[in-house]
Amino acid sequence: MPKLTVNGIEVEVEAGATVLQACEEAGFEIPRFCYHERLSIAGNCRMCLVDMERAPKPVASCAMPAADGMAIDTQSERVKKAREGVMEFLLANHPLDCPICDQGGECDLQDQAMAFGGDASRYTENKRAVDEKHMGPLIKTVMTRCIHCTRCVRFATEVAGVPELGAIGRGETMEITTYLEKTLASELSANVIDLCPVGALTSQPYAFVSRPWELNKVESVDVMDAQGANIRIDARGGQVLRVLPRLNEAVNEEWITDKARYAIDGLRRQRLDQPYLRGADGRLHPASWPEALEALRAAIKKARPSGMGAIIGDQLDAESIFAVKTLMDKLGSPNLDCRQDGAKLDGKRRASYLFNSTIAGIDEADALLIIGSNPRLEAPVMNARIRRRWLNSDIKIAHIGPQMDATYPSEWLGEEADLLTRLADGSHPFAKVLQQAERPMLILGGGALRRADGAALLGKARQIAEQTGMIGKGWNGFNVLHTAASRVAGLDIGAVPGKGGLSAADMLAAAQDGSLKLLWLLGADELDMNGLEKCFTVYQGHHGDAGAHAADLVLPAAAWTEKNGLYVNFEGRVQEGRRAVFPPGEAREDWAIIRALAELLGINLGFDSQDELRQMLCASHPHFADLDEITPAKWAKFGSTARLKGGVIEAGLTEFYMSCAISRASETMAACRKAAAQSEPAQAAE
Amino acid sequence: MRSKRRGTGLGTAGIIVMDKSTDIVRAISRISYFYKHESCGQCTPCREGTGWMFRMMDRMVRGEAEAHEIDTLWEVTKQVEGHTICALGDAAAWPIQGLIRHFRPELERRIAARSAVVRAAE
Repeated sequence: MPKLTVNGIEVEVEAGATVLQACEEAGFEIPRFCYHERLSIAGNCRMCLVDMERAPKPVASCAMPAADGMAIDTQSERVKKAREGVMEFLLANHPLDCPICDQGGECDLQDQAMAFGGDASRYTENKRAVDEKHMGPLIKTVMTRCIHCTRCVRFATEVAGVPELGAIGRGETMEITTYLEKTLASELSANVIDLCPVGALTSQPYAFVSRPWELNKVESVDVMDAQGANIRIDARGGQVLRVLPRLNEAVNEEWITDKARYAIDGLRRQRLDQPYLRGADGRLHPASWPEALEALRAAIKKARPSGMGAIIGDQLDAESIFAVKTLMDKLGSPNLDCRQDGAKLDGKRRASYLFNSTIAGIDEADALLIIGSNPRLEAPVMNARIRRRWLNSDIKIAHIGPQMDATYPSEWLGEEADLLTRLADGSHPFAKVLQQAERPMLILGGGALRRADGAALLGKARQIAEQTGMIGKGWNGFNVLHTAASRVAGLDIGAVPGKGGLSAADMLAAAQDGSLKLLWLLGADELDMNGLEKCFTVYQGHHGDAGAHAADLVLPAAAWTEKNGLYVNFEGRVQEGRRAVFPPGEAREDWAIIRALAELLGINLGFDSQDELRQMLCASHPHFADLDEITPAKWAKFGSTARLKGGVIEAGLTEFYMSCAISRASETMAACRKAAAQSEPAQAAE
Repeated sequence: MRSKRRGTGLGTAGIIVMDKSTDIVRAISRISYFYKHESCGQCTPCREGTGWMFRMMDRMVRGEAEAHEIDTLWEVTKQVEGHTICALGDAAAWPIQGLIRHFRPELERRIAARSAVVRAAE
């Protein structure tokens, strides 16, 4: 632990820390453009120059390792001059277009020019102009503003794992570009917009929409995948205008996926803003809330408890799931399911459906087996962590399922389900690799769990975990990777078929043959909605997607940006989403709809407000009270010991950009999907 | 290290012999162009500074400048010197510093001559 002094203040920093970090530690802000905590050190902007005792020249503090006995001066006249000089150079060829630049108000160059720059410009020569580059539908480029910090290049190469950004030319004519004017083929591409310290890379869909100081900022969590990335929702006048990442070292560090960031324009299209009821003419007609709820009440009364069922969608908050579960219990119906993908997880043992290693645990793993999952599409931010682990260690990675490009090399073991049997009995060579590893882990994805023999696969995966030493003191290497934000909460609450109850697939089959009289879809759109005519179908949700098209009664509900709610990510971490705007038209929050319906049915659910509902939830499931914490799950026996049925294992998701009702309604996501398809003609042809 | 003691330099430890018929301002401007062309563009002072210095030097050759710009040019060379990753920035700064240190009257003469022509034309 080196000890050094900064401006006379003694600080002790961790070995390997830089002088810049030591200065921060001592409480002195060092201006910087190219330096970023999560990227490799470039040392090229020269803004962070500081004086070091016995050094003839000022040194770049970001690139200088802190050493014992150093004496650093950040306030000398020479440092001040150096900063002013570098700032003048940066501004020399930077256009004076701040009034029309989207970075205005949150621009590092603007801020640091005010804090560390000189007062007037002495540059009277012609300014440089640079051609715009094409970087796809998300990233708008104004390359004249580029200050060549190379943060975007380093992000693409190191974190995203797509080395498609770089510099061409040299000296004054150096330009940052995608070499072939190609869309950046990464699910994390838009993070370069946050990284860009100037307005060279800005958000294309958000171009000229708003200034940062006009926005209402609300801290929330993302529901586009099950990772629960921490986000900040920026809204103005009832519209969500943008989503930015929030820092959470344990979950998403400071990255979010392009879907989390840009599917929000889907919140403005295809919205359900009033109840609809199918009339005698077979068409949906607008209805009032009392009419709609009365129709549902009558349908519930007509269908006996065993003749009704509810399926919970992928983005429902935990409180609403709990409210539905309570209502179904009181009605006496066992037909409730939160697994619309058909995953064979019964929710009895918490360890059987959690990502037990935790996301941060990936940083310690030294062998990884991925089964039936493509983490690059299913949890891109987590995938970046696996990639970093691969960069920093000699972790052995293999996968079972379709071949994939996960941005790191992964040994393809094959796609046959029987491989699991061989791994479990130790006859497969990769079983040895797992056994010899200190902290081995496996990731079990939806592709395996939703198979008909998913429970047997789950049991085999448990066996593999136990046989290869994944379960030990302080380490649990058994992980299930969910893709739905509501799934873990649903399983925690027990929103699975009760005794004699029907699963989601069974409910659909029963609805098709007419034995199920009432099917209540709570934001469930990822189902085969054909042949539901014999059954009274109710869709409660926010988008006119598959569910609403099949429904006889549509109840408009709030989307996740329009309500407070708890979400549990795939680690089992309970996080709070907060309302940024109000739902459109007559749409109501899900829990309030359920509460109103219960009252009409003469059932007392025991709560009158969301606070009371949350208290009830926490009382019956105490871990929901531990916000942002993970309660480690106890290891237990789970899964079936039945024989595997053979066949192949698929990936959990094959489509990234349009995977839920919101992203399917999003024009931006449609454009991304098109661009991705165009930029990979070679792969598509194969 | 004679050139260092004299406060001049035409490159990195290089010596170029020129007779009195050489246009010294034009010569330094050409050297300045060389450094602008050779700058790799990685770090800021050199990338932006070499171009700026060359453009000012190019005007100095014809006297198309204000007298106070000689001081600006001097300061720009000082802002590049010692602030870059490699020594190319230093090497680009020194010839100009040498020129200003030893031939400032020549620069001022050209500026005065040029402004006299401009005034006569008006």
